Amino acid sequence: MEILRGIAVGPGIAIGEAVVLDAEDFRIPCRSVARAAVEQEREKFRQAVECSIAELERQTQWLLGNLGREAANVFAWHIGVLKDAKLQQGILRNIQEKAYSAAYATSTVMREYQRRFLQMSDPLLVERIRDVRDIERRLLRNILGDTREDLAHLTKPAVLIAHDLTPTQTAQLADTLVTGVALDVGGATSHTAILLHSWGRPSVIGLNDVSTRLSGGDTVIIDAVNQLVITNPDETTLKEYREQELNYTRLAAELDTLRDLPSITRDGESVHLLSNVEFPHEARTSLAKGAEGVGLFRTEFLFLQPSGFPSEEEQYRAYVETVRAMEGRPVTIRTFDLGADKYTQEKRYEHERNPMLGLRSIRYSLANVGMFKTQLRAILRAAVEGEVRLMFPLLMSLMEFRQAKMTLHDAMEDLEEAGIPYRRELPVGIMLETPAAAIQVKEFCREVDFISIGTNDLLQYLVAVDRGNEEVSRFYDPSHPALLRTLSDVVSACTKAGRDCSLCGEMAGSPLYALFLLGIGLRSFSMAPANIPEIKKLIRLATVAQARRVARRALTFETERQVTSYLREETRKLLPEDPI
Amino acid sequence: MNSSCSCEVEVVNAQGMHARPVMKFVDLASQFESEVTVRNLSRRGEDLDGKSAMHLMLLDAAQGSRLRISARGADAAAAVKALAALVRDGFGMSEGA
Repeated sequence: MEILRGIAVGPGIAIGEAVVLDAEDFRIPCRSVARAAVEQEREKFRQAVECSIAELERQTQWLLGNLGREAANVFAWHIGVLKDAKLQQGILRNIQEKAYSAAYATSTVMREYQRRFLQMSDPLLVERIRDVRDIERRLLRNILGDTREDLAHLTKPAVLIAHDLTPTQTAQLADTLVTGVALDVGGATSHTAILLHSWGRPSVIGLNDVSTRLSGGDTVIIDAVNQLVITNPDETTLKEYREQELNYTRLAAELDTLRDLPSITRDGESVHLLSNVEFPHEARTSLAKGAEGVGLFRTEFLFLQPSGFPSEEEQYRAYVETVRAMEGRPVTIRTFDLGADKYTQEKRYEHERNPMLGLRSIRYSLANVGMFKTQLRAILRAAVEGEVRLMFPLLMSLMEFRQAKMTLHDAMEDLEEAGIPYRRELPVGIMLETPAAAIQVKEFCREVDFISIGTNDLLQYLVAVDRGNEEVSRFYDPSHPALLRTLSDVVSACTKAGRDCSLCGEMAGSPLYALFLLGIGLRSFSMAPANIPEIKKLIRLATVAQARRVARRALTFETERQVTSYLREETRKLLPEDPI
Repeated sequence: MNSSCSCEVEVVNAQGMHARPVMKFVDLASQFESEVTVRNLSRRGEDLDGKSAMHLMLLDAAQGSRLRISARGADAAAAVKALAALVRDGFGMSEGA
């Protein structure tokens, strides 16, 4: 069992047998063969070489007769490579020693050569990759012959594993029995990702090498809710996921009946359900799930592109796309939450020893003021198109907030001088994620327009636990009484000060905490679009009076365990059929 | 009798070691019994198989690159001499062809 983390572009969970597609349109049915079949595979390869050479020689003859020597020469090198004893030996050795199938061994060796050509200095030689790929495809066609399968010919549901898919292939998925997709490549803003999203099945991309870790027939779980792919899961994991899958299917069916109903408690209190989005195109999903706005638009996706730092225009376009897609509903744009990540760490000579306590988030932005101002200008310009709110992440002092606001004013002045239209009076708030900001919430309330509580980081810093560290992640528990008390204090302070307060951590999308949060006075929940229906369902079943009682009681417990079991019990009273 | 032999030459033709020059080199080298290796000294590259179409393309040799051609075997001296002449001669291709 291996757990791989990627980027989810579709909702839900898919469990099934893997179908592994090679980089082109060949499906390599299996990676390895039984020892007894090794000689047969070697022979398959030799035959494929002979057939490929014969094909090319026929083609060369034809070209020579019809188009002349120049055209015929194009394939002379292809023939040379197929006859290359070194290359043949390499592939045959892979079959012999590793029991690889002929197709897989061919593909592996040819990929290795493609990688070597990629490192060449001569741009014309880099073009040779296309020739190598062409030779590879010819060999694969001759090895796989009639057994080569089109996805349209799948006879039972399967999970598709591939290096990449072309937009055309992706668009055709709807006509196949494919139930989920996992890809090596991570172009989250690519057309393929967008098409996967509209396809609407669980997909996780950006997994680097998932296509080499799975063979045809392996069991695989695509968990697009948690952005994971699990290869060859053990029994317990498989069982858990089967339950989740079932639950998800049932919830999705309820969606239609819930989407257009208001999120209002039985005693008439309105609760705002907003979405957290990573990419502009997710705004549409948010609407489909019934979001009243975007409570957290993460902007780090802009750094996923190969060119690195996104220009003001690129940013402006992405923000405008999101704002327009929300059709006048509020969109809270969070400035870059960089640091402790690939983009910033690669730029450093020396990695930070403790990046979570290092130059990250607002600190990184304030230290790179040119970059920060570019982003602020793009946001200010996009704000002309709709209800934009601006949010700074990870503040730990009022000085930081004031400094960020000064930079915002500078950006406004720049735009003013250049005569570029922008919106001056946009609400400016903070993501409350540090214990320091939580303790100073009253002071912050005097200066900010709104507060959004980021419980993921807040909990990490409160309990001093890195949840990515397997050895301690079990201590990372949102039921910790210290977190509950902090949340209660922050929400009351905001209510007293008349400041809009929302919660955009994962807790907001967990049914377990919905009653508690409602009870402490939270009226705005921001979560992954997929979680909205269930939270809405729960809110429509609850009353504020009951939620207040639950919250008061939950705050009296001394340990996480007591809190969890109490909240589970209370939630089950409302959702008896749901696994909480 | 086994012997080894090597010499350095410069690639003179405009296209460098592209498809046709590579195939000419492979065809000629394959006529000899000796093992033939080529190293691109201008790129501090590794020794590559002189009878392999794929390896020779990986030489990454442009016009002006210095190559070291080595052979080991009964006809090593003859192989190096013939192959060096082929490279010096620009692979028998007139400029611009």
